[in-house]
Amino acid sequence: MRRYVVGRLLLIVPTLVGVAILTFVVMRLVPGDIVELRYAGSGAAVAQEIIDMERRTLGLDKPMALQFVDWMSGLARGDLGTSLWTGRSVGEEVMLRLGLSLELAIISTFIAVALAIPAGVLAAVRQDTRVDYVLRLISIGGLSLPSFWIGILTILALLTLFQWSPPLLFTPIWEDPVANLSQMIFPALAVGYRSSAVTMRMTRSSVLDVLRDDYVRTARAKGLSESLVVIRHALRNSLLPVVTVISIEFAFLIGGLVVTEQVFNLNGVGKLLVDAVAHRDYTLIQSIVMLLAAVFVLVNFLIDMLYVTLDPRVRTS
Amino acid sequence: MRRALRGVVDFVKRRPLGGAGAVLIVWMVLAAALAEVITTHDPTSNSFADLLKPPSLEFPFGTDQFGRDVFTRILYGSRTALIVGFGASLTGSTLGYFFGVVGAYVGGWVDGAIQRLMDVLISFPLIVIAIAVVAALGPGTLNVVVAITIPIIPRVARVVRSSALTVVSMPYVEATRSIGTRSARIMFRHVAPNVFAPYLIMLTAFLGQAILLEASLSFLGLGVAEPTAAWGLMLRGAGMQFLERAPWLAIAPGVAISAAVFGFNLFGDSLRDALDPRLRSA
Repeated sequence: MRRYVVGRLLLIVPTLVGVAILTFVVMRLVPGDIVELRYAGSGAAVAQEIIDMERRTLGLDKPMALQFVDWMSGLARGDLGTSLWTGRSVGEEVMLRLGLSLELAIISTFIAVALAIPAGVLAAVRQDTRVDYVLRLISIGGLSLPSFWIGILTILALLTLFQWSPPLLFTPIWEDPVANLSQMIFPALAVGYRSSAVTMRMTRSSVLDVLRDDYVRTARAKGLSESLVVIRHALRNSLLPVVTVISIEFAFLIGGLVVTEQVFNLNGVGKLLVDAVAHRDYTLIQSIVMLLAAVFVLVNFLIDMLYVTLDPRVRTS
Repeated sequence: MRRALRGVVDFVKRRPLGGAGAVLIVWMVLAAALAEVITTHDPTSNSFADLLKPPSLEFPFGTDQFGRDVFTRILYGSRTALIVGFGASLTGSTLGYFFGVVGAYVGGWVDGAIQRLMDVLISFPLIVIAIAVVAALGPGTLNVVVAITIPIIPRVARVVRSSALTVVSMPYVEATRSIGTRSARIMFRHVAPNVFAPYLIMLTAFLGQAILLEASLSFLGLGVAEPTAAWGLMLRGAGMQFLERAPWLAIAPGVAISAAVFGFNLFGDSLRDALDPRLRSA
């Protein structure tokens, strides 16, 4: 078991290094020079000396390999670099938004789980009946309706019914919990519905798998009530893949809500990424992409560890 | 021909949801193919006499802030969606199929190297890597296809590889090798056809995803560029800006995206049920 954990932990290192190399290379694919591109956007003519100076401050005059090493040693020290656009440190910029993104991810996940698990179990127990078909249609709908469009429709409905529009300023939860939640609940519902579709489908197929197992038949044969069989025996044993999906979804929600944040005017990490692209702030883009990928890799590692602790079959092998 | 037809009828009868999905897909393909016949408006020419007109007989879904007919732009937008959707999911799935089969058959350090590369690619959330690629290459239809193709590759490669691993260890592969067949031939004539089902399942699953991703990128202004008609682009700007004055601008493109993705997802789901024996109900 210890060998498995250590081996798995060691696998993270090459993956993260690969992620860093890929991010770095993709950002260097930008046609032309970052500095020139930035000034080209402003429209005014800029003296060559200023461009050269800017290049030197950004370290762009150094060879590519050295630039990469600089960036890596910065990351290792927890220094993500400086934003080209605001001049503040990238770490500061991201931390400002991370709280909001985390809060939205947590509320959305709660909504998703509350909807998905009962619906998934019900669909599995009533497989191939009308209930199953309706629930599956609703879940495929959740995968098909873009959550940003659900967001737009929600805003439209609130606008015509209550004259409500998304506030321009964000209220942190510790300042005014009610105002904060009233701001977060609609985006969280739009995102949670989509997310619940993924989880519900996994719950359904996982419960279906387990329902066919021998011990479920035994449980029924010894006269347990159907609800006890389903909840205590089938659901508990089918939760592992469901937990996996929920965790992967959660990791995605932290940085993947790019479009929803845009619609509801929420200043999260996703919106920061889009703004960085709009401002051609390549240091910022590079660091956010790296950070989001690192979160993803770490969550995947934690899921594997969860498997080891929860599933005795993995633990002993 | 008759047998193929009977197969289709059988599929629709046994899987009504899949049949409904197929109808939506056919409908979308027809709209894209016959756009010029269905509508006489031009999708890109402005008409300042008809700004933000509500739906009427002449403009069934109203007009936008440049006086362009929304219905016409929806029809032409289905072309963009189909080109990007098919382009990205076909290229991405096929590359993933290739890497999966080669990795499983060759094994050793080649397999290890491919797997590490796929681990890296899969570490980026779908939309994040797509945004990074578009940020580097710039917007435009072809770049959007590339941006959506890349995250699809590792996801297909993983599934295909795990199926191919069981095929590779089968006696018939051993037998083919023992009579001196070249590796390339074994891989592509004997192994690949036997993992075609997971490839097809992933391909249809990613069709809907690719269309959704294209809409998201275009909505963010990182995808297809104006004046090309694209559904996500129609929701951007005008759809949001004139939400109260001209709600039809936000409703029509959203319905189009949802219906298209819904169709591909319904069809893909039923196809998976039909092709994957493990998922068949006992």
